[in-house]
Amino acid sequence: MSRTSAAVNDAIEGQRFDWIPPALLFAIALAALAMIGNPSTWVTLTVAGLAMGLLIFIMASGLTLVFGLMDVMNFAHGLFIAIGAYVAASTVKLFAAAAGADSFLANLGAVVPAMLAAALLAGLLGLAFERVIIKPVYGQHLKQILITTGGMIVAEQLIHVFWGPDLIPLPRPTTLRGSFLIGDMAIEKFRLIAVVVGLVVFAGMLLLLNRTKIGLLIRAGVENKEMVEAMGYRIRRLFIGVFVAGSALAGLGGALWGLYQESVTVHIGANMMVLIFIVIIIGGLGSIGGCFAGALLVGLVANYVGYLSPKIALGSNILLMVLVLLWRPQGLYPVSKQ
Amino acid sequence: MISTLLSGDLPRSRILTAMLVVILAALALAPFVFPGTRPLDVAAKVCVFVLLVASYDLLLGYTGIVSFAHTMFFGIGGYGIAIALSRIDVSWASIAIGAAAAVALSLILSFLIGLFSLRVKAIFFAMITLAVASFFAILASQLSNFTGGEDGITFKVPELMRSRATAYYVVFGSALALFLLLLRVVNSPFGRVLLAIRENDFRAEALGYRTVIYRTIANCLGAVVATLAGVLYALWLRYTGPNTTLDFAIMIDILLMVVIGGMGTMYGALIGATIFVVAQNYLQEAMKAFSESMKGLPLLPDLFHPDRWLLWLGVLFVLSVYYFPHGIVGQLRARLQK
Repeated sequence: MSRTSAAVNDAIEGQRFDWIPPALLFAIALAALAMIGNPSTWVTLTVAGLAMGLLIFIMASGLTLVFGLMDVMNFAHGLFIAIGAYVAASTVKLFAAAAGADSFLANLGAVVPAMLAAALLAGLLGLAFERVIIKPVYGQHLKQILITTGGMIVAEQLIHVFWGPDLIPLPRPTTLRGSFLIGDMAIEKFRLIAVVVGLVVFAGMLLLLNRTKIGLLIRAGVENKEMVEAMGYRIRRLFIGVFVAGSALAGLGGALWGLYQESVTVHIGANMMVLIFIVIIIGGLGSIGGCFAGALLVGLVANYVGYLSPKIALGSNILLMVLVLLWRPQGLYPVSKQ
Repeated sequence: MISTLLSGDLPRSRILTAMLVVILAALALAPFVFPGTRPLDVAAKVCVFVLLVASYDLLLGYTGIVSFAHTMFFGIGGYGIAIALSRIDVSWASIAIGAAAAVALSLILSFLIGLFSLRVKAIFFAMITLAVASFFAILASQLSNFTGGEDGITFKVPELMRSRATAYYVVFGSALALFLLLLRVVNSPFGRVLLAIRENDFRAEALGYRTVIYRTIANCLGAVVATLAGVLYALWLRYTGPNTTLDFAIMIDILLMVVIGGMGTMYGALIGATIFVVAQNYLQEAMKAFSESMKGLPLLPDLFHPDRWLLWLGVLFVLSVYYFPHGIVGQLRARLQK
């Protein structure tokens, strides 16, 4: 039964799938190749852009799903990123011996627990946050924005209380530093790890959303919440699950981002928030595929433009958003709401 | 007479009236009553922030839209004056040119942002303004030969403004006049339409008011007053930099002031800004004494560390949004009605 329904889903998905955004990604990559000229530089930039895009995707995916499902926008999402980064810093410190060893496996023994701890704690915090902060203000957008911003202020101060106000160093384990050199191409090792983790998360999410009953309910809930409730499913529980998972993913992304930057401050999350908002607006609020395409688009464009003309680089994201919205005002993959 | 001056919007509470009279008297006589530079600085900052917060309340409290770009307009005012006074010459004419250019730029920007994003949901507007404001902050720090980068611009003011007392009264008088003007606006038929939009935009539209136009006008008006507040602040400090105008922390401060003072009342801006600025400058000393008295206890000294004053205002903010949506002013007025 479930197998046939999945097949039917696939058929519907296949019919509807819009190939223009992925084609646009390829077109941009090819255009960049033509403009950069040097293939090895291009590969370096592309890998860097993909890694950045996938990291942003990990952090942004929960936010867009939460919005699609319950019409809740969490302006404190950056908080979970910051928590993830801080927890990762503490964990790596705890596993200092493994992190300092000159073997890839030992290093993984420090990084993997750090990522898991970051995701776990961010998820738990997400649960508390949903219960205390967001639950009383469903359906009131203005209050949601205010209350989540307030929650962020308090939580940032609490981070100061527990971890101190100063920047915390988060050195990357020994074998994850530097880059692989293939001919002229330099590929940073850590970016490869980010790509692998990002692809695993994306694949897992696709499997969950398209091949399980929970995924079916989530997708149905995004399109028509009342109907799912009328069928007898408790969308509130589903929503809490998605919120916690999204927070955990933000924590995981924060851990990776902290390791990438090799330092953690309390603003690490808030600084990413702007980029995350741009990504989910570009993708279409509530759309997971759009979030993926938008994240890759932002990551690639930021890296290409940064190389080609550093002067415009800082505005490239905003410019990209304006262009995409002029083309498709509802984002790359508009979510059909009934 | 007083009723005309206050546009018929009397405080409607004895305690509130007493508070307003005390604040006004203290601000009006500040150079004589409080000797020394620091109290005068605090008083000038209160004047500027009352104006800034009141203009933000026009958006948040009266029209029901959340903008994160208010500091951008504040900064445009500051940079307009700073660039004009440091580049052209030190005269009243260049102050006028700088202020006029800043107001024009703010008008154009707020108009574009409004048209582009006020049609859709409040959340969308909040995200767009956040992105634009952060872009502007990066721009200001990057164009360093124009804006002085992270260092900002220090400049000279005309002869007359060099006396601290005169400068203070220029700031105080302008802020008072603009505040009364805002009070006039919100109590006009135009202000009533804004309230109607806040309460139920669908119904306001059905009654024949073009909500997009009203929202855009409110957005532009708020932006212009914020720009003028930036002009006054720059003239007072004789300095403009990212940290005094564009920082996201200032945006958070404005939110705290509006919500704690009371959304949807101009007097709330007055009370909120006064309490906040005084707390910012004097609460830390009280907390220091309190924190030291609890030395030896676990965690508590850290929670009351002088640098954690924002934590407690954040908690107050969250509680305000839940339990007193109209802030201090709303509470005082509600007591009267019982």
